[in-house]
Amino acid sequence: MSLLDKVRALLGGDAVLEGPASGEVPRVAPPTPDAVALLLGTAHEEGWRVRVEGTGSWLPPDAPADLTLTTRRLDRVTAVEPQDLVATAEAGIGWDALRQQLADRGAWLALDPPGVAGRSLGSVVATGTAGPLRAGFGPVRDHLLGVTFVTGDGRIIQAGGRVMKNVAGYDLTRFQAGAFGAFGVIVLVHLRLRALPRADETLVLEGPAEELLAAADEIRAAELAPAALELLSPALARRERWALAARLVGSPAAVAAEAGDLRALAGGRFAPLRAEEAHAFWSRAAEAFALRPVTLRVGGLPEGGEELLDLVRHQLSDEWVSAAPGLGSIRWAGDTTADRLRRLRRALAALEVPLTLERAPWALRSAVGHFGAYREGVGPLVSGLRHTFDPKGTIVTAVEGDE
Amino acid sequence: MTTVPGDLAAALAGLVGAHHVRAAPAERLAYAMDGLPTHRRLPRLAVLPGTRDEVVAVVRLLADLGVPFVPRGAGTGLSGGALADHDAVLLVLTRLNRILKIDVANRCAVVEPGVVNARLSAATAPHGLHYAPDPSSQTACTLGGNVAENAGGPHCLKYGVTTSHILALEVVRGDGRVVTLGSAGGEPWGPDLVALFVGSEGNFGVATRITVRLVPLPRAVRTLLADFTSLRAAGAAVSAIIGAGLVPAALEMMDHSCIQAVEDSVYAAGYPRDAAAVLLVELDGRNESAVEEEAQQVAGLLTGQGARQVRQAADAKERERLWQGRKKAFGAMGRLSRDLVVQDAVVPRSSLPVVLETIAAIAARYDLVVSNVFHAGDGNLHPNISFDARDAAMAARVEHASAEIMATCIAAGGTITGEHGVGLDKLRYMPLVFDGDSLGAMHAVRRVFDPDERVNPGKVIPIHACREWSGVRNAEFGMRNVRSRVDSAFHIPRSALEI
Repeated sequence: MSLLDKVRALLGGDAVLEGPASGEVPRVAPPTPDAVALLLGTAHEEGWRVRVEGTGSWLPPDAPADLTLTTRRLDRVTAVEPQDLVATAEAGIGWDALRQQLADRGAWLALDPPGVAGRSLGSVVATGTAGPLRAGFGPVRDHLLGVTFVTGDGRIIQAGGRVMKNVAGYDLTRFQAGAFGAFGVIVLVHLRLRALPRADETLVLEGPAEELLAAADEIRAAELAPAALELLSPALARRERWALAARLVGSPAAVAAEAGDLRALAGGRFAPLRAEEAHAFWSRAAEAFALRPVTLRVGGLPEGGEELLDLVRHQLSDEWVSAAPGLGSIRWAGDTTADRLRRLRRALAALEVPLTLERAPWALRSAVGHFGAYREGVGPLVSGLRHTFDPKGTIVTAVEGDE
Repeated sequence: MTTVPGDLAAALAGLVGAHHVRAAPAERLAYAMDGLPTHRRLPRLAVLPGTRDEVVAVVRLLADLGVPFVPRGAGTGLSGGALADHDAVLLVLTRLNRILKIDVANRCAVVEPGVVNARLSAATAPHGLHYAPDPSSQTACTLGGNVAENAGGPHCLKYGVTTSHILALEVVRGDGRVVTLGSAGGEPWGPDLVALFVGSEGNFGVATRITVRLVPLPRAVRTLLADFTSLRAAGAAVSAIIGAGLVPAALEMMDHSCIQAVEDSVYAAGYPRDAAAVLLVELDGRNESAVEEEAQQVAGLLTGQGARQVRQAADAKERERLWQGRKKAFGAMGRLSRDLVVQDAVVPRSSLPVVLETIAAIAARYDLVVSNVFHAGDGNLHPNISFDARDAAMAARVEHASAEIMATCIAAGGTITGEHGVGLDKLRYMPLVFDGDSLGAMHAVRRVFDPDERVNPGKVIPIHACREWSGVRNAEFGMRNVRSRVDSAFHIPRSALEI
């Protein structure tokens, strides 16, 4: 029996979206977590290599594999509890659909990941790609209460739960955030929500990057803590010059007070955007990261932010750059080579700063890896964990690269 | 276990000095318990290294000899996690108590594991910064213990629990190898092993250097005390505040019997004695008028849900007094009876009114005094049962009532521990929230860090309930859990040992 026949026998004919006739490997869309487990369990036994995708908008579907497992049919929001500010959603749901269903119930997931609006929830969790709101609401892991994932050998693992605090057992929930699929396929996510903010305002300051970084320092020194404070390159901001954008969310009184304080800084040049302008500003910047071949993030310290930005601009380019000066983190997009990435990674490692490759063609990500070389002693732990959750390497992912 | 050649105490004394090895029975007795009153273990001996290098040397020696060990901070843990069996060495980390660096510009600090939680915030306060997680035991508990347990505290409602505040860790693994996890800016270096390590209850190794995030001290603070004539109304008020989208810095509840205990103690805070429950609500922020407006909104919601009175702390001194009562409530309850079980469970916030009433009914049925003092805003309950462990019949009733309370919380969609950890105490409940595969996965992860299972053996994972994982032989390593059962004051239900 061919692979395709076996998959059809296991999951039914309509689980196979595309056959090899289209020039691609079969794309299989299991309709339930159990079906994902069945597929991966069989793949493990048969020695098939499986690449995983959500809606297919973030990582290119180019990893060498015998089949593609897409979570796109796992697209239900199974529970929204606005009273408890908790929701449960399957991993394949698109971000825009999830956001809308939450908003209908007055709830909000305080994450604004890079990528197109239809990007899947599972993709955001697996790659740990938080956007500018990370400044106020933390990284992706801080929004997770629990995840259900399927290991490379087809076991369904439940981690965490649906409550605000949980220390029952080891934290396999946060551990899944940003693991790039190395430890299984995320099928279900329990999310920590916020109430939809009653006030949401964005103010923008334009100027040379250096001047804006100084303004960001001033804001930080004044202990102003916007939900997002992001420095965007002109192309990303769609402006003539660099832009420093502050997003304030919360009660009308708190937002008004913060906006007043912000305008008092930087020579009173922060200009508010209208609501629809603000929405377009942030979503265009997020989407731009899905349009270049390569996206990466760098996580340093606030104090060294300027130096890191110079390094990234100098060694790569400065067309598509978004930086959170208060956090010392930078996201970059563009086109580059494995050699240049390796060189930048080495320079950053000397500063004790990690570089995570978020998105790239397979040739590049398999060469340099999402993470590259680990620090001393970490490699054996990661390999051990990878072996635990995917003993035969059924799930194709390039966490380490070939260095 | 390997037979230990020669005298272990002498070998350890050679590494850390004779003065820092406690081998005499009377000395070991001081370490026979932690904050959990129902379990008692006499360790083989206790060793107190003074530096990271001494920790490494001690751990290497123990690895060479195949001796199990248990890392321990101040011993304030409430789940029995810091207890060592007669064949295990207690690795006491209280001498590693230096704050190595306070980085004001980057708002972080590097500390050794024995630094007391409150001491760090005191040291950073002159810079306008603090370490936000504030367990009730913060004047005694250590940051190493906080990391191991993923400790919470009242202000974690707004600021997040320990895991959100740990940026990087230097860890000594069970074989003595040292690894650095994470990075100073908080970006994981590879998969997020810091998130995995925090809350692993000592099973993955010993954190010897901890990089923590610091947060600016709030400029504006309002503290409200509201009192209610029913638990149900107080619970509904919590839901009203959360449902309105407000995020108080803290939202705590104390019930009638807890109020009595506090008011009878030296920590009397002026809580109304005739109230069925009080809520302590704190709001903070940068801007006075915005915080004041939120406080007014909260006061309105409290009154709307039936609060008899809403009192606002007039000044810092009154605020401190209100908080002192809350933070010392466990100590105050200790006066009610010889022994106290401090329970810990989490439920969805909207189920608080029903769950609290069910707990009261369970207490009445078993003729026990249950006092509630807890993080209501997180749904993190602490039903505390007063009893006398010398009374076997009463201890049995406590066991049954505890199990029913846990079952109630799980049935409401909750879990068995929110901040105290599993340790020994909650082992028997783990199969109620996780299936065999999920427990097996945790067990397998533990063995990646500690293949010999020598670091804090017998804790967290009920081995018998784990489904077998490739390369992990359960039966061989199940022995410790079996022995735990024998040593426990409580009977472990048969169901907990079955897959």
